[in-house]
Amino acid sequence: MRRLTKIAATSAVLALAFAGCSKQDDSSEGTDASASESTSETADSGASVCESADGDGPKVGLAYDVGGRGDQSFNDSAYAGLEKAVDEFDATCFEGEAADGEPESAREERLRGMADQGYNPIVGVGFAYSEAVNAVAPDYPDINFGVIDGFDPDDEANDNVAYLGFAENEGSYLVGAAAALKTQTDHIGFVGGVNSDLIKKFEAGYVAGAKAVNKDIKVDITYIEESDLAGFADPAGGKAAASAMYDKGADIVYHASGGSGAGVFEAATEAGDGMWAIGVDSDQYLTAPAEQQPHILTSMLKRVDVATYDMIKSIVDGKPVVSYVTYDLASDGVGYATSGGFVDDISGDLDGYADEIKGGLEVPVAP
Amino acid sequence: MMPKLVSGVLAPVMALLAAIVITSGVVVFVGASPVDFWEVMLSWPSNRNVLTVLNQASMIFLSGTAAAIGFRMNLFNIGVEGQYRVASYVAAVFAGGAFLPGALNIVASIVLAMLAGAAWAAIPAVLKVTRGVSEVISTIMLNAIAVFLTGYLLSNYGEKAADTRRTTPLEDSTMLGGFKLFEDKDGAVWTLSLLAVVVGFLFWFIINRTRFGFDLRATGMNESAAVASGVSVKRMVVTAMMLSGAVAGLIWLPNLFAETASGNYFSSSVFQSGLGFTGIAVALLGRNNPVGIALGSLLFAFLGVQSTQLEFAGVDVSNDVVLVTQGVIVLTIVIAYEVVGRWRAAADQRAVRAALDANANKQEVAA
Repeated sequence: MRRLTKIAATSAVLALAFAGCSKQDDSSEGTDASASESTSETADSGASVCESADGDGPKVGLAYDVGGRGDQSFNDSAYAGLEKAVDEFDATCFEGEAADGEPESAREERLRGMADQGYNPIVGVGFAYSEAVNAVAPDYPDINFGVIDGFDPDDEANDNVAYLGFAENEGSYLVGAAAALKTQTDHIGFVGGVNSDLIKKFEAGYVAGAKAVNKDIKVDITYIEESDLAGFADPAGGKAAASAMYDKGADIVYHASGGSGAGVFEAATEAGDGMWAIGVDSDQYLTAPAEQQPHILTSMLKRVDVATYDMIKSIVDGKPVVSYVTYDLASDGVGYATSGGFVDDISGDLDGYADEIKGGLEVPVAP
Repeated sequence: MMPKLVSGVLAPVMALLAAIVITSGVVVFVGASPVDFWEVMLSWPSNRNVLTVLNQASMIFLSGTAAAIGFRMNLFNIGVEGQYRVASYVAAVFAGGAFLPGALNIVASIVLAMLAGAAWAAIPAVLKVTRGVSEVISTIMLNAIAVFLTGYLLSNYGEKAADTRRTTPLEDSTMLGGFKLFEDKDGAVWTLSLLAVVVGFLFWFIINRTRFGFDLRATGMNESAAVASGVSVKRMVVTAMMLSGAVAGLIWLPNLFAETASGNYFSSSVFQSGLGFTGIAVALLGRNNPVGIALGSLLFAFLGVQSTQLEFAGVDVSNDVVLVTQGVIVLTIVIAYEVVGRWRAAADQRAVRAALDANANKQEVAA
């Protein structure tokens, strides 16, 4: 029995340790941020605006996805929108953050806690909040909820919930066109984090944009993971996928792989001059290390900050956003970044394509 | 002589105290107040959260029992995680398909889930008895394969919901209302949480009151003695492993069939992962005994649910710190049992010596 206990202990501890490892990537930055606030040892992500805001404007509740503030991408973009709203409307705010692998009940409890304290609107950052919002919203009819990338999981419509989606395919179309205009080898690549419908939307737009410029262009496509969400936090996998493409003759690689993109940038930098990568979600030129910056052609912008800000503004204006809203090119919900100035010479062409889309050109959502 | 009951209670109490001290240390280290922290953690939960604790505890209990069945005969089924994932997917697909009316559909889904869990657990069992593959290694690998497999099936055959995939939602007639202990708005104890009670009783009965249970324990304690008494070890390995997998198949069903607004289907955001590993820790904590596992499940569920209150109480620590508490409890309980076991052994020896001495004195007197 004693031996059994010991072996069992070791294996259980190992199992828990493994679980801990996978957690680290996702949540360490958020934890660091909260630690730095109290100890002031690192001034990396800085204090949240929510701790100092004391205006008499709206009370905004923001529920982050796994990763939280400080992820330099999705969640940070929502925070940027919040910061702007606090500035403009004298808002106060509260931030909650999801833990990896937490049950539905924990997400619901987070939203309920904010609702009980009178926060309005309450924005869930990420599609994982769709079900929790659907469960909580009917109990708080006077409070408006928003879910970034969200959807209504059942047939009963909620008249106090906004589902804030993006036309990622349209933004991807523009960076696809940029890649096709810039390539010297008529050969480009795409690295997706996880082979899901959402990421296929990026791929479809990118390929369509590239083919619009040059219908014979060769596009390599690789997904890091088939279904495991770890594909969004796997820089080594991103690097391997992108390096293979540069080796085979591609000179521009677009990634839609969240945190794995760091590996794609690394691969472009190591591949040398004339090799490019394209960022995603936020303007990744601005957060990349200096040696990688000369290789970041542009980034596809998904303006989570605009959606968050608009949601708050609609409450201030007394005309809350409800139901499905798609942030597309026409509403500046998606676009491309110009930092670094590498696409300045083709900006005329890109604006032309953008006008076509705004004029009604259908960009495919699936490859 | 130290009574068995005292030593049984002493070790968990020591472990809990150690966990409190070490967790407090971590809380101080990240710059928060341990007094505030424990005030939140040890406060009585709201009615809603009382129910959440019970619901979570029932799932953890099923998981702990699944692990304990294997542990009882020195089989380390680390694959509970993968087994219940596969089983949950199978049950969700079948139940969503609504091939049978109401209650029959539920019963058939439960049976299917058990079969699926047993089948997934049979793979490492057969590998072990025919090829001598360690079940620790093969079950861990099968966990990863289960994630891939369910993800692949979901993204290829799942129903599209916005940009994610899910199994077909259950029909209203296949959902179970549960037991509303408080007001309606507080939710309910899930009906199938009763599975935990049933499984707990059967586990106790089979292990302690049947020939099969005796063989199982005998194989675990002394394999050669078991062989000598006519037990086929190979058959025991396969049976115990499949039984473990069948119980694992039940873990997520209480949640799946509960009537909630937060999604009656299997999808990456609704499915609660990680329960398999929690179960291993709880089985260890409860010394593979149903009452112990039940108490351990309640404790772990309580800690998990209370941690969601931390961010609202303004305690500046991530709620991931609960993972530290849980991990420390598991580690210290092993040490505490060892220490208490030695005390007991020493006390027993003293008692025996005292008895012998007394006997010797008596004989001297008689002589």
